[in-house]
Amino acid sequence: MPENLFKIHKEEYMLPGNRACQACGLSLGYRYILKALRENTILTIPASCLTVLHGLYPTTSVSLPCLNTTFASTAASASGLVAALNVLNKPDTTVVAMAGDGGTYDIGIQALSGAAERGTDFIFICYDNEGYMNTGTQRSSATPMGALTTTTPIHTKQQHKKDMFKIMEAHDLPYVASISPAYPIDLYDKIVKAKRIKGTRYIQMTAPCPPGWGFAPRDMVKIARLAIETGMVVLFEIEDGKFRFTGRSKTLAERGNKLPVINYVERQKRFMKMSIEQLSQLQRWVDGKWQEYLKRAD
Amino acid sequence: MSHVEILTGNQAAAIGARLCRVQVVSAYPITPQTSLTESLSQSIESGELKAEYIRVESEHSALTVCISASSVGARAFTSTSSHGLLYMHEQLHWAAGSRLPIVMCCVNRSVGAPWSIFNDQQDAIAQRDTGWIQLYCRDNQEIVDTLIQAFRIAEQVYVPIMVCYDGFVLSHTNMPVEIPDADVVDAFLPPYKPRAILCPENPRNINPVIFPWRRPDAKGNLRDGYMELRYKLQAALDESRNIINEVSRAYAGTFGRDHGGLLWTYQADDAEVLFAAMGSIATEATTAVDTLRNQGLKAGVAGIRSYRPFPRAEVREALKGAHTVLVLEKDISYGYEGALCSDIKAALYGSDIRPSIHNIVAGLGGRDVKAREIVEAAQAALESISQGEREQTTWLNCRQGSWL
Repeated sequence: MPENLFKIHKEEYMLPGNRACQACGLSLGYRYILKALRENTILTIPASCLTVLHGLYPTTSVSLPCLNTTFASTAASASGLVAALNVLNKPDTTVVAMAGDGGTYDIGIQALSGAAERGTDFIFICYDNEGYMNTGTQRSSATPMGALTTTTPIHTKQQHKKDMFKIMEAHDLPYVASISPAYPIDLYDKIVKAKRIKGTRYIQMTAPCPPGWGFAPRDMVKIARLAIETGMVVLFEIEDGKFRFTGRSKTLAERGNKLPVINYVERQKRFMKMSIEQLSQLQRWVDGKWQEYLKRAD
Repeated sequence: MSHVEILTGNQAAAIGARLCRVQVVSAYPITPQTSLTESLSQSIESGELKAEYIRVESEHSALTVCISASSVGARAFTSTSSHGLLYMHEQLHWAAGSRLPIVMCCVNRSVGAPWSIFNDQQDAIAQRDTGWIQLYCRDNQEIVDTLIQAFRIAEQVYVPIMVCYDGFVLSHTNMPVEIPDADVVDAFLPPYKPRAILCPENPRNINPVIFPWRRPDAKGNLRDGYMELRYKLQAALDESRNIINEVSRAYAGTFGRDHGGLLWTYQADDAEVLFAAMGSIATEATTAVDTLRNQGLKAGVAGIRSYRPFPRAEVREALKGAHTVLVLEKDISYGYEGALCSDIKAALYGSDIRPSIHNIVAGLGGRDVKAREIVEAAQAALESISQGEREQTTWLNCRQGSWL
């Protein structure tokens, strides 16, 4: 396990220059994800921001092999890769499916649940930018309450974010983890660990989106940190059902100094129409989740 | 030695897939395809067939599994029917666009609403423009033989193939079938050699976003745009006409059974009235032809084996001597006529072959089509032609009148 950044793999699998937006949270996190995965990996990705990041034919910004697939089919695509690699006697290749929250929470959930139930030997990474950002910031079931999107343009999103971790945990997975591009060492450790585990591993990365969430590109890491510090996003891992906080969330849990969500919300234009009532609902929702995690960590 | 067994169409298909040594099978159960996939899971679990069987949660995933398995170099097979095929629709395009030699059995069944589990060919016809080769089987022997041919064709032209056979009429009906020897099949169908394999040693980004125009790669060489790729798929289907005929002849040479490549005929040489049909209804038409011949009418059958690519030249050749063509089909292109009928007419356009063409839509949703009824339909068609109706669509054995 690397204790500091100097132990992170030096090789770069993301070539300089790609089509992601300035200060894309996905882009930063992806760089460390690929460093942790290294060679002998095959990626499969659906239509998403990641497709754009990978580049337009005939050039690509990523030097690991990648199979593009349709929106609903990411985890099924991984299943086919795993099956064929087995039958062709190449079982050591790590198969990684990576989709956005739309491709995970919404249109991809059936294939994902199927692959997870079958115990398919692959890593599924959801990068969660809390909406359909590639198509212009439409609402997904991962969008938080009170956020403006182009399909909730007046009243904001009325429902809380779906708890995808609970859904995936209900499949009795050997490994479930949450990662953030603002905490690359925690991220790197978890991907390295996931790579060594057999079966379906579910990892979700928060991916702050400057144009979609409405903040300045220079603040991306700050926003990602505030998400953790307010408990909007919690860093943890669940290994064979055993929950533990990690990184900054662990410190917050030990010290009890989680910040109010207003600190996170007030810095993003997507929350500018949020009512006081919605804000307190969001705070109660975050506190409720946090209490659940605290109980599980005991 | 090859041997004969009494088999249903689904059993014949399972044996065919086993003989092809498919490496990844992925399927979702749907009537009437189920016994085929059950049989294959039995073969794989028992160790008789060394393959991975992925029991997916939907047909969309079944074809996805085949697509990615084929992309890393495995011979992939699936099968479905009806709504399962419709649910695959997006992936049908993706498989053909990816130029992967996947073979699928489509056990033809009608589509809802309302629900019907029975046979017609609306399911496959509705997938006509997805870029797949579609081959139709007359009987259970042809299912085994066509499957073996299909992998050899697909792996030469890198186009996926749908082997279509009628639900229940063939899938659940027992017939004698000669099973070829495994080692002869191995010699006829060598292991799959992928065209562009996805592997860590030579990383590629397969099927990324592509622009309308051609763009240079990192070395400055201009690469295809979207339209060039589409042209190549069309050109591959055009070329596959030759390959389908060649493989059919090679198969006949090795195994002694010739199913006719793109098109087969029955009593067609001197025929003045020709039925054009696909699948088991074409077999039924051959019985009707025997009756009509006994009545002194020179009748025959042109059986379309390959619906896509469509055999224009062979259709012209087969139909050139007939004054009347009766296109008998188990599908309808709503708002026009039977899809096969339109294609037959289009194939003749610009030639001197100008028969009267009547379209007989029959057997939708499993309504039985008897040879006697085909004979009667032919007599009625000839009667109306004698009164000047050169072109007509009739619905066989169907009460008509109201549209609501």
